[in-house]
Amino acid sequence: MKKKSLTNPTGKDIRHALMVGLWFMFLTFPLLVIKVNPIEQTVTWRWANMLWVGGASAAIALACRLIAARRTEKMEHLSRMPEQTALRHKLPLLFTQDRLRLLGAMVMLLLLAFPLAFSTYQVNIMTTALMYVILGLGLNIVVGFAGLLNLGYVAFYAVGAYTYGLLHLHFNLGFWTALPIGGLMGALFGLLLGFPVLRLRGDYLAIVTLGFGEIIRLVLENWGAFSQGPSGIADIPRPGLFGIGMTLDQSLVYQYYLTIAMALFTVFMVNRLRHSRIGRAWFALREDEIACQAMGIDTTALKLTAFALGAAWSGMTGVLFAAKTTFINPASFTFMESAIILCIVVLGGMGSIIGVAAAALILMLLPEYLRAVAEYRMLVFGAVLVVMMIIRPRGLMQPMRQTHLPAR
Amino acid sequence: MCGTIDTAMHPLLTVSALTMDFGGIRALDQVDLRILPREIVALIGPNGAGKTTLFNCLTGMCRPTGGQLLLTPPGRSQRRLYGLPPHQITAAGLARTFQNIRLFPNMTVLENVMVGRHCRTTAKLFGAIFRPAATVREENDSLGMSLALLDRIGLGDQADELAQNLPYGAQRRLEIARALATSPQLLLLDEPAAGMNPQETEELEALILSIRDDGLSILLIEHDMKLVMRLSDHIFAMDYGRLIAEGAPDEVRRHPAVIRAYLGTEATDA
Amino acid sequence: MEYFFEILFSGLTRGSVYALIALGYTMVYGIIGLINFAHGEMYMIGAFTALIVSSVLSIYGLPLPSILILAGLAAAIWAGAYGFTVERLAYRPLRGAPRLAPLISAIGMSIFLQNYILLAQTPDFVPFPSLVPEFAFLEPYSAIINSSGLTIMAVSTLVMCALILLIKFTRTGKAMRATAQDRKMALLVGINVDRIISLTFITGSALAAIGGLLIASHIGQINFAIGFIAGIKAFTAAVLGGIGSIPGAVLGSFVLGLTEAFATGYVSSDYEDVFAFSLLVLILIFRPAGLLGNAAAEKV
Repeated sequence: MKKKSLTNPTGKDIRHALMVGLWFMFLTFPLLVIKVNPIEQTVTWRWANMLWVGGASAAIALACRLIAARRTEKMEHLSRMPEQTALRHKLPLLFTQDRLRLLGAMVMLLLLAFPLAFSTYQVNIMTTALMYVILGLGLNIVVGFAGLLNLGYVAFYAVGAYTYGLLHLHFNLGFWTALPIGGLMGALFGLLLGFPVLRLRGDYLAIVTLGFGEIIRLVLENWGAFSQGPSGIADIPRPGLFGIGMTLDQSLVYQYYLTIAMALFTVFMVNRLRHSRIGRAWFALREDEIACQAMGIDTTALKLTAFALGAAWSGMTGVLFAAKTTFINPASFTFMESAIILCIVVLGGMGSIIGVAAAALILMLLPEYLRAVAEYRMLVFGAVLVVMMIIRPRGLMQPMRQTHLPAR
Repeated sequence: MCGTIDTAMHPLLTVSALTMDFGGIRALDQVDLRILPREIVALIGPNGAGKTTLFNCLTGMCRPTGGQLLLTPPGRSQRRLYGLPPHQITAAGLARTFQNIRLFPNMTVLENVMVGRHCRTTAKLFGAIFRPAATVREENDSLGMSLALLDRIGLGDQADELAQNLPYGAQRRLEIARALATSPQLLLLDEPAAGMNPQETEELEALILSIRDDGLSILLIEHDMKLVMRLSDHIFAMDYGRLIAEGAPDEVRRHPAVIRAYLGTEATDA
Repeated sequence: MEYFFEILFSGLTRGSVYALIALGYTMVYGIIGLINFAHGEMYMIGAFTALIVSSVLSIYGLPLPSILILAGLAAAIWAGAYGFTVERLAYRPLRGAPRLAPLISAIGMSIFLQNYILLAQTPDFVPFPSLVPEFAFLEPYSAIINSSGLTIMAVSTLVMCALILLIKFTRTGKAMRATAQDRKMALLVGINVDRIISLTFITGSALAAIGGLLIASHIGQINFAIGFIAGIKAFTAAVLGGIGSIPGAVLGSFVLGLTEAFATGYVSSDYEDVFAFSLLVLILIFRPAGLLGNAAAEKV
């Protein structure tokens, strides 16, 4: 075994690391080192930054190379093993049915007890994170199940939120009336967009949905008479509970449980869908559209169903969002939101319910708890996305397969 | 062309004057076919003769330029297939496999077959989410039938494996099972024996015969002539988008047009 | 009539800049099938590099034309270097990964680069010096076109011609086209595919950076987020023309630029972007593969 030589950096590794360091020093030279003040015509030179970048990138490069080398070694080791053992090494049975149930119950208990142990501020953050769980699972139907790349998912979220905002503004309707209407409006807009564009190929569909999302936001921003423009709609009431008066804190906790209930229902629904006739057809559509048609499946209807259902979910979550923040304006519905929801789906592992839920919690809670390094949090967020994709391009979790044969 | 088939039976599928143009190229030119119930029919011809295009036109993947397609399932009324979208043609009773295997690679073997049941089942969103008794029954029926199909093609104990992990021959058989799950009247097989070893081909032959014995008709494209001659009741030969010969295996094998198509003109002139 | 020409030229100016960015999108898409969401950031990085270099040079008192050229060179070089690095770090490890993985990686890169500039430079808008000298001969037409607009059109036309020549006639260009058509086959005939992909990223980024410099000098201010909307617009233009097609990207860019200019000039300036995206949706409904894209049916 030449394990020793691999865990210790060789001269080649060090030379490579040095080159990387030099390259990054060159790369970041103007932008990170020089800072000009164009008004006063002064230049600040920040040479220390260059040293930092050089040192850090060289160190990271060295570490990556060593890790990669060790992994190759391990792979070689595995491939020398008889096939059966190798397979078992690759796929440890982490999540058996029983363990999964136990884990689910524990997570549930934790979530239910959360408001008892933490401040309202924390509860509020958790509510937001749970809303993204719902959004992620909703988009998962469209992207993860049916394989339709939707980059304008936030449009339906906006439709839902504005449905509630406007219905309250003009007709004084409450949350519970607005919730189903928001869902319906979302579905309606989903169909409206879906009819003309669903025959487009993947990437064309992506850019059209992106454009649609932007259109909705821009219309909300500019059509002041309809939506009150950038100033938005304020004083949207929180959800009520049979007219019982609640303090702000109570109402936030109530909303938290409401969101949990909806998230649970979403998980239940998505799980049922996956193992159903419709769900299988969606997977088939994602895998091979032509073969899917040949199986007697009406792909247009199938795509529309996925699109509308995803949009309805987004619409309902929008109502929930409007009720939570009590104030909405177009700035909450930018492309970045759609991108983040998509990141949740892909990072979670397309089609995997647990993965998507976990990714939503991680991605939403990460920036919150990175507030300590507030300035850098979005920088880190971007980097985490890239690194996660490189480490796990298929997402955190593989979707679980339903099995029918007795375990052998 | 050749003599008509004289039989009392009404043909299951009648194709008349089917024509398909791609831009200026005529891929199919006035093709006539008749397939009887419980008949194994082979479609032969050199590469590029238009066999797969014919399949695509029959199954609605391509919209033909002209012609007529009529399906008459025994005991039921005639149905025009021309211009229908693929899913309606499958629902009407035509199911196909593909020359380059097109399974759903990331779904399990069982799920692949169950997708085939789609057009014979009805559960919608509501049924999927709330699972009323009717949906549960329907699902169980689909499951039972799919498992039975898998047993029949010898993949019963690999039901939970991902389709992409199956060996080549098994993938071909799985595609057949998936097509059978749609309960077709006519099964179209596009080069089912391609890439199979002799033993696998033998198993395939038995499978095709047993499918015929269940009352289905089979139309197959195949280059393995020995297999074609053994299996077929009737053969159609194509070249340059036209039917050049048809008849019983022995007739077609000796037909001068077929020999010319396969060996080239010089060979026959010489 | 004067108003019409003013709008026409403003549309052509926009179109030229969109084209410079859209070319990078379309080349990358053509070669590796990736929507490079970080491409807009190359435009932004180009603008910032040019700002820094030109400010430093003007403090040393160089004449305007030489500043423009040096700033343009620096912007192209560094944006090219960023493009190269981004591909190496964020996309190359993901070859052969599921289709959406590189897309997410690209979104991550985009967020990262925006925040990198935000932290390294400034979160605010900064004024950008006008680097293009006033041309005396344009004096009589000053109401309809100014010298920076003309420079944008001239430079982008020149750059595009150079690019087309490169792709049509050089060995590298041939290798690029071959790789775009069939990467495996290109590899088999001995093309260094990795090198071609890197080159595509470098070229695309350099073009975007030149666009960034020109438009920044035209508009007069920049910030870290300008790349995003410009990138989306340019991508829209590329799709409009038929993504993967270089003439398509140019055509799409001009169609988009002119539509925007005329719609804002004659209808309403509030809905500029709405017009752009509505145009996209409409064109794709009637021509699902874009204006010049070929709607090759999938082989069964």
